[in-house]
Amino acid sequence: MAVVESSVAGETAEPRQERPGSQLDRLKGPALGLFLPVIAALGWELAVRLGWSTGRLVPPPSVIWETFVQLAHGGALQHHAIATLTRVAVGFGAGVVTGTIVGALTGYSSFLSRLLDPTLQALRAIPSIAWVPLFILWLGIFEASKVTLIAVGVFFPVYLGVMGAVASVDRKIVEVGRVFRLSGAQMVRRILLPAVLPSYVIALRSGLGLGWMFVVAAEFMGASKGLGYLLIDGQQLGKPAQIVTAIVAFAILGKITDWLIVAATRPFLRWEDRFARHGAN
Amino acid sequence: MLVLDRVGKIYPNGVHALEDVSLSVAHGEIVAVVGGSGCGKSTMLRAIAGLDTPSRGRVALDGMTITAPHEKIGIIFQEPRLLPWLTVAGNVAFGIEHLPRPERDERVATALARVGLADKADAWPRELSGGQAQRVAIARALVPGPEVLLLDEPFSALDAFTRADLQDHLLALWADSRPTLILVTHDVDEAIALADRILVMRPRPGRIFEEIAAGLPRPRDRRSDEFDAIRRRVLDALDRSLDRASATAIRERLAEATYSI
Repeated sequence: MAVVESSVAGETAEPRQERPGSQLDRLKGPALGLFLPVIAALGWELAVRLGWSTGRLVPPPSVIWETFVQLAHGGALQHHAIATLTRVAVGFGAGVVTGTIVGALTGYSSFLSRLLDPTLQALRAIPSIAWVPLFILWLGIFEASKVTLIAVGVFFPVYLGVMGAVASVDRKIVEVGRVFRLSGAQMVRRILLPAVLPSYVIALRSGLGLGWMFVVAAEFMGASKGLGYLLIDGQQLGKPAQIVTAIVAFAILGKITDWLIVAATRPFLRWEDRFARHGAN
Repeated sequence: MLVLDRVGKIYPNGVHALEDVSLSVAHGEIVAVVGGSGCGKSTMLRAIAGLDTPSRGRVALDGMTITAPHEKIGIIFQEPRLLPWLTVAGNVAFGIEHLPRPERDERVATALARVGLADKADAWPRELSGGQAQRVAIARALVPGPEVLLLDEPFSALDAFTRADLQDHLLALWADSRPTLILVTHDVDEAIALADRILVMRPRPGRIFEEIAAGLPRPRDRRSDEFDAIRRRVLDALDRSLDRASATAIRERLAEATYSI
């Protein structure tokens, strides 16, 4: 929304003859990025059609599309996607809440930072997949252990991001809040939150990325539904098209959820957005 | 009336920043504070602002002891310290958020027009020049209508033209409501151009060394003989404020040398 508004404003302000140029610029970025994958896909499709390859292990785009449509038509794809999305959502939510609270506390208080941070850093050094056997023993094979694994994966980047952001809020800006006699709650709402928001968004996005990574690991440890289950199922039954379909679904969902975070926070980050675009120009 | 009564400050790290500073400033008076680095100018200002508590003595405004930031005392720092996530208008309105919307908007518009930035109301702080940003900071400090406005080397980061321009601007704004101004500065000409009274401070520990009356009729001509006379008095006092410290040290060393012979 913000982009639309500001680009419209930009166009009216700029001289008319610059318009085609700026539109071309806008198209060039994504179009250029699509060039390589589209050529690769078309090339592979052609190679299979011409009989240079059977395409049995690496299915051509048309077969993947067929599988995709077929799975979506029966509702199976949606069923699995929703299962995976639910796990990511719950795990992400839990990881974000705990990461934010603990990160804010350790960023704010150097005592808590000295008390908690060494332990958390040590835990962070453990590859999270190593927890899987323990989580299964503790929490069973069903949802709880999966969601916990995702939450652990999301926790660390959010924790680190929030801690760093809170600790590095400019003391001089906080002093402005003191001069205007802000209460504790006002200080948080009017100074600290806006100041940490840019780093927080980055922390949320990297947390979400790890959430999607860990949901696959979680679903590998024995799931009866979910996109990860589709992957395993495709491997065991020798259906590469189903595997690629699940991968594509992961890519789409990952991109959409990431975009949702960006879109939801963009109105609050317009001040920074404007600066970034100035820098790019 | 703003009163400092034997104010002293020793920081937790042992630095003796301020000792026995007593001062009365009448309402509407403009006082400039000059002195070498480490003479406690900023410490004094922060004590008046209620940002630091004095270790000894007290600061009082109209009989009320200042221990925390007070609504009648505003401060402008060396840097504009604008909040980057608020527009220019949002920054100016920062201190009057409790007022009803129409009054807030009106005050902000008036203040921005007064500092000549009415057309920048919707701009982001990053889009402003240094001088413009500092003018927004001035508007932000003035909008709540403070009785005392503290300025901590407010123009030192600006070029000479912008500085002179902002000094005139500040005087014009001061004439609107005549708050008490206390201006810490390195720039002797700035002190003489603006102040009724100039305090020269000396360092280690910071204290008031000399007080010089500077109330030339306004507008003040920086090339006039009177201006020059005051400039010489201030520079002379500054020299002595720093020299005396080193002179004492030399005398002590000489004395030691004599004893050791």
